[in-house]
Amino acid sequence: MGATVRAEDISAWYGKKLAIRDMNLEMKPNKVTALIGPSGCGKSTFLRCINRMHEVIPAARVGGDMWVGDQNVYSRGVDPVKVRAQTGMVFQRPNPFPTMSIYDNVAAGPRLSGKTRNKKELDALVERSLRRAALWHEVKDRLKEPATGLSGGQQQRICIARALAMEPGVVLLDEPTSALDPIASYKIEELMNDLKEEYTVIIVTHNMQQAARIADFTAFMLAGEDFVGELIEYADTKTIFSTPKDKRTEDYITGRFG
Amino acid sequence: MEPDAAGTVPSAEEVRDTTDPHTATEVPRTHAVTIGRDRSLAVSPAGSIAAWPAEIRQPLREPHPPARSFNVGDRLFSWLTAAFAGLILAVIAVMIATLAWQSRVTIQLYGLSFLYTSTWDPVHNVFGAAPAILGTVYTSLLALLLAAPIGVMVAIFLVEMAPRRVRTSLGFVVELLAAVPSIVYGLWALIVLVPLVRDHIQPPLIDHFGNTPFFSGYPIGLGVFTASLILSIMILPTIASISRDVMLAVPNSQRDAMLALGATRWETTWKVVVPYARSGIIGAIVLALGRAVGETMAVQMVIGNTQSFNLSLFNFGTTMPATIVNQFTEATGETYLSALIELALILMIVTIILNAIARLLVWRVTRVAGS
Amino acid sequence: MRRYRARKLVNYFGSGLALLCVMLAILPLGAMLAYVLGQGGTSLNLNFFTHLPAPYGESGGGMLNDIEGTGYLILLASCVGLPIGILSGIYLSRSTNYRFANTVRFFTDVVAGTPSIVAGVVAYALVVIPTGHFSAYSGGAALGLLMFPTVTRATEETIKLVPTSIREAALALGLPEWQAMARIILPAAANGIVTAVMLGIARVAGETAPLLFTAFGNPNLSFAPSNAVGALPLEIWKYATSPSEDLHRQAWAGAFVLFAIIVILNLIARLLTLRLTARVGTG
Repeated sequence: MGATVRAEDISAWYGKKLAIRDMNLEMKPNKVTALIGPSGCGKSTFLRCINRMHEVIPAARVGGDMWVGDQNVYSRGVDPVKVRAQTGMVFQRPNPFPTMSIYDNVAAGPRLSGKTRNKKELDALVERSLRRAALWHEVKDRLKEPATGLSGGQQQRICIARALAMEPGVVLLDEPTSALDPIASYKIEELMNDLKEEYTVIIVTHNMQQAARIADFTAFMLAGEDFVGELIEYADTKTIFSTPKDKRTEDYITGRFG
Repeated sequence: MEPDAAGTVPSAEEVRDTTDPHTATEVPRTHAVTIGRDRSLAVSPAGSIAAWPAEIRQPLREPHPPARSFNVGDRLFSWLTAAFAGLILAVIAVMIATLAWQSRVTIQLYGLSFLYTSTWDPVHNVFGAAPAILGTVYTSLLALLLAAPIGVMVAIFLVEMAPRRVRTSLGFVVELLAAVPSIVYGLWALIVLVPLVRDHIQPPLIDHFGNTPFFSGYPIGLGVFTASLILSIMILPTIASISRDVMLAVPNSQRDAMLALGATRWETTWKVVVPYARSGIIGAIVLALGRAVGETMAVQMVIGNTQSFNLSLFNFGTTMPATIVNQFTEATGETYLSALIELALILMIVTIILNAIARLLVWRVTRVAGS
Repeated sequence: MRRYRARKLVNYFGSGLALLCVMLAILPLGAMLAYVLGQGGTSLNLNFFTHLPAPYGESGGGMLNDIEGTGYLILLASCVGLPIGILSGIYLSRSTNYRFANTVRFFTDVVAGTPSIVAGVVAYALVVIPTGHFSAYSGGAALGLLMFPTVTRATEETIKLVPTSIREAALALGLPEWQAMARIILPAAANGIVTAVMLGIARVAGETAPLLFTAFGNPNLSFAPSNAVGALPLEIWKYATSPSEDLHRQAWAGAFVLFAIIVILNLIARLLTLRLTARVGTG
């Protein structure tokens, strides 16, 4: 069961530079929510605000509240490290840990964060995560091999399994297929459909067709004349792509934009 | 990530200053930018209005303060690594302070005259460092005179002419030679170079130029000439390898542009590559000068070690490091030891200055090219 | 047309000149290498590694004490130089305080060019004068001062080679910063760290000047840190400046061993760097 993610007046800065402003939206559990928009509109920045990864960048700041379930992750006294541990994140390019085997990659989170070190539990957890990432059958005979030896699509699914092993409520994907070929992308898209059974899935994509294919809800973001990204329109995917309310959304999805 | 409007627009601070007082009071200090609609024209350079937003509206919320670390390990880790980085600065300060403190006797006794008086008489406790200082300058500059042109040419060959494979393997040999200990150079200089100079180089030079102040004397082998020669051999790899690095940092588009104009390789090298990398090459030479100034063992083994300075290359001489090595263990008495430690202090300050200059010059080239 | 021919001629002449300079540079350096390998190689025998120096006037003997001493001094120097070098390198690689980091970088580079004799004098003043005797640890301190700049910069560079995406993946899993560094980033950069250590050791292994009035030299084996110890470069210096042919041969053998140590350390460093860049490049 996923958790509801609700952004309240989320703004983000890089140093003194305002990047996104006043984002207000609620992302529902057991649904796939897609964030779309032209590059530079701040959709990845917003995604990184959800698990406080934005602050990993020097001098980056966030304003506003972000509710994941019934916890405001920006309230005083919340440890960003814990927030990240409770949220799964997958990045643009597959980034398995280069020194670790497939098994160790998937086990890295629970093992290093001290969640479990029990061999039996870990084995079960790794298998479960790999199964959820639809990779178990492809790698079960070579768990001890280095993860960097796999294909790009398999590496990306390793990264998904690695995120799932922390048993998060929310899975964040930052353009997860942008570095993959169409077939590998297709597998990831299929996988997302399965993932929403158990998680809140939020995906950033620059590919409108992908959003139309996989997302239940779609949020369109755009940076205005002041280069600050804002939420323009947020609705169920069908509405966004068939009868958008905002002229700018329509321009973007019909390709008349920039 | 965001379109970059810098260059045509004023910085955030400038802009904030132009904000009218009503909105300014509402703007938290950490906030980005607020500009009144009517002011955007006033602060934008003519013609670039389109590049600058009409207005940046303030977001509803202020940024949260930077997240402090909840993790004890994290705090310990950043504290520990920062402490060790700070330790480096402390170590350098302690080095200088130690040398200054231990040489306080002669600093008080002689002041600046230590630098320009030339009597070095341990028996009567009179110390002037002029011969050692002049000897250091003389040998180092001579070495540079020999090594700099050759070193730069080697770099040019490596970067502009040699095939790739020759460049990497020869480059590795050059780097390796820079790592050969000075005692090995000294051993070779003493046993091979000294007889060679004595038997085959000095006699003809004395025969033909013996009446000039530079080549008078007897063919002994040891002396300033041989010391400079071995110094130049030792600093050559430094000049060659750093010049090579800065020349490699010259973008190929620069070369292509010149070649496309119909220039030959040689012309391209001298009219484009070398000017572009000039400050870096000078940096390499200054760095090599720093090496030469501080070089100890090889020089000490062949320079003859007399506390006097003479223009003739075939005379014995000394340098600051050579003086320290020769006399340190036999230095009895406070003043004597203090004089030697003051030499080390001078040496450290001079090399710090030389290295600082060299670093700034080399960084200028590689940074610009890198960014 | 004639002008073009002249330019071409200059081009050939210039290229020839550059080649000539390469020859001029290689000649003495090559001659030196030939002597070290030739003289050293033929003077080297098993006794060199297993015997103490022969008493003055007798031939034969070895440099067992100096080999032991050099190893001992490197160990002591590593205790000083490696912690400073590696930890400050880690700091520089991840620091967001650019001004402080650049200051540290600048002074690290600057101190890397400080003459080794100065490090010897400093160690003498700080350790030998207070303790009142020459010692292995004073030599180790002097070498440590020379070792850390190399290690600092090499460590920084190598950690920076690990892509940010790896660090972000670790942080996104909920690892604290220090665990991300210790468990993910440092292992990924392990080859590079070893390289840094090798380069640091190679930097100090052949140093003579800083040991003259710290470690001082010792004709016997010594394992006490407070005793004077021998060192290969010290013995080479002593033998080279003596008038005996026999001792010169021993000096050459010592130079050969020293040279071999440094070449091997550099080669290992070079190979590890190649492997690191190859691996991280595909990762």
